[in-house]
Amino acid sequence: MTEYTLREIMTVVAAREIKDGDIVFCGTGISMIAAMAAKHINAPNSVIFFETGAIDSKLEELPLTVADPRVMYFTSMNGGLTDSFATMQNKFIGKHVIGILGAAQIDKFGNLNSTSIGDYLKPKARFPGSGGACDAASFVNRSIIFIQHEKRKFVNKVDYLTSPGWLDGLDGRKKAGLPGGGPSVVITNMAVMRFDEKTKEMYLSGYYPGITPQKILDNMGFEVDISRAKEIKPPSHEELIVLREKCDPQRLILD
Amino acid sequence: MNTEKDKVMDIKEAIKRFVKNGSHISIGGFTLNRNPMAAVYEIIRQNIKNLHLYAHANGQAVDELIGAGCISKLEIAYGGNARFAPTCIRFKKAIQDGKILFEDYTNYQMALRFLAGAIGVPFLPTRSSLGTDILNKWGFSKDLRKKDPKIPNKKVIVMNNPFDSWGDASKVVLLPAITPDVTIIHVQKADKQGTIRMKGLTFADVEQAKSSKYLIVTCEELVESDELRDDPDQNQIPFFYVDAVVHIPYGAYPTACYRYYDYDPIYLNEYRRYAQDDDLFKKYLDKFVYGVKDHQELLNVVGKERIEMIKADPRTGYAINLDRK
Repeated sequence: MTEYTLREIMTVVAAREIKDGDIVFCGTGISMIAAMAAKHINAPNSVIFFETGAIDSKLEELPLTVADPRVMYFTSMNGGLTDSFATMQNKFIGKHVIGILGAAQIDKFGNLNSTSIGDYLKPKARFPGSGGACDAASFVNRSIIFIQHEKRKFVNKVDYLTSPGWLDGLDGRKKAGLPGGGPSVVITNMAVMRFDEKTKEMYLSGYYPGITPQKILDNMGFEVDISRAKEIKPPSHEELIVLREKCDPQRLILD
Repeated sequence: MNTEKDKVMDIKEAIKRFVKNGSHISIGGFTLNRNPMAAVYEIIRQNIKNLHLYAHANGQAVDELIGAGCISKLEIAYGGNARFAPTCIRFKKAIQDGKILFEDYTNYQMALRFLAGAIGVPFLPTRSSLGTDILNKWGFSKDLRKKDPKIPNKKVIVMNNPFDSWGDASKVVLLPAITPDVTIIHVQKADKQGTIRMKGLTFADVEQAKSSKYLIVTCEELVESDELRDDPDQNQIPFFYVDAVVHIPYGAYPTACYRYYDYDPIYLNEYRRYAQDDDLFKKYLDKFVYGVKDHQELLNVVGKERIEMIKADPRTGYAINLDRK
């Protein structure tokens, strides 16, 4: 069996979620590598696009931010913010966009906090804020969420609801006036969680080799159903080669 | 609005003339790209205070302005700068220590607010942020909103779709327009009158530029009008929006300027170390901002080798194989 790191399995698992033909709203870091890997492995006709307005960038080198000059090279077009977000709000195109998001906190409905911990006006810890995350989470039909599996991150109630998940359940988004869709999968350093079709509550869908469902529960601030959980197929040799040689040979993100 | 033929001036003059204590400003660029850094350093050197800054994800410039104590009020979507600062360090500190008043929007919302200002409507709608705390948690008090005529009476308004279910939407979020006193952008090319050509992504620079009462443009190259007018489809901003044209090569340094130079990872890593600590940050400002008389002198301090290192490759527009760790 080929050795791999946790970041590598997380990236591969995310790449497998991207379907051929998806338009991928990409953030920075691990989500960029996942989107790049998907194009090489399972979704050659997927399109990477950045909130800054770069559409289908060639990405000969790994960008460090969505505004990195590397996203501007050999694109279909270079636009701006009003264009790019409108793509996701667009009634026809928006349905084909999949978002990849990260956060500091998540609740059982996949609502995300990337703004602050504690009181909003006098926070204990301040994070960057929404950026385009809330926009993407509001508009797109499916999203992948990356987060570390820690008790303080999986919480009953997020301190600040930055990006909408399923809000308070099945009808939450509809009641709030949001378009359809919502988070489909949460990928952590231990497991993959999905959302129940009827309740939209998070459940454990899979765990990485060597990690038990109990250990996963021990690292969460709320209970989830573990009865459907299966062991996740580790990254294949081919998947790892793509990650290491094509996506991040400098190990800017994978380390 | 300015139709003069020649708006060229130096950065000291441009900042002095248009940026005042208490001005509402916006700056172009995004995280570590095309921030108008030369202008930002000049604002810091001129000790202009109490600024109200509108930002989407403007990154490095926002952090340096906050760190230098120039900002008292901030409307922002994102305070991060890639791996160099997952959360901008002086921004984070200023908020945690209660040093500035701030209000959070999203990137799209800030872009739409600039667009509303640019096209002359009081607000624009979006479906973004319904059901979130962007709507519920306001940073500016009712009192401040009442007292300050330059702050809208409400952060946002949620409205039922007045066209019923037309457009398949039951509700929209209304966002108040932004019309800054002055916007500053850094671009690749301009002529003396202020016809503007940017290369690569324009971010929200065009909307920011057009929403503003005054516009300062710094440029890599000051070119003859004929060069820009020979291929006008490539230009983004007509000259009458522009009030000052300032020729500053490397004016976005240490952030990138597509097709000219990359960001400088060494500078940004060093900045991170200085920014962690109040005393160290003072030393940073003393050495790299107050300690130099202008941007050219900063480039001299950094040294030719580093400037050469980040020079853009003509094929891709960035520095290939740049060590970015």
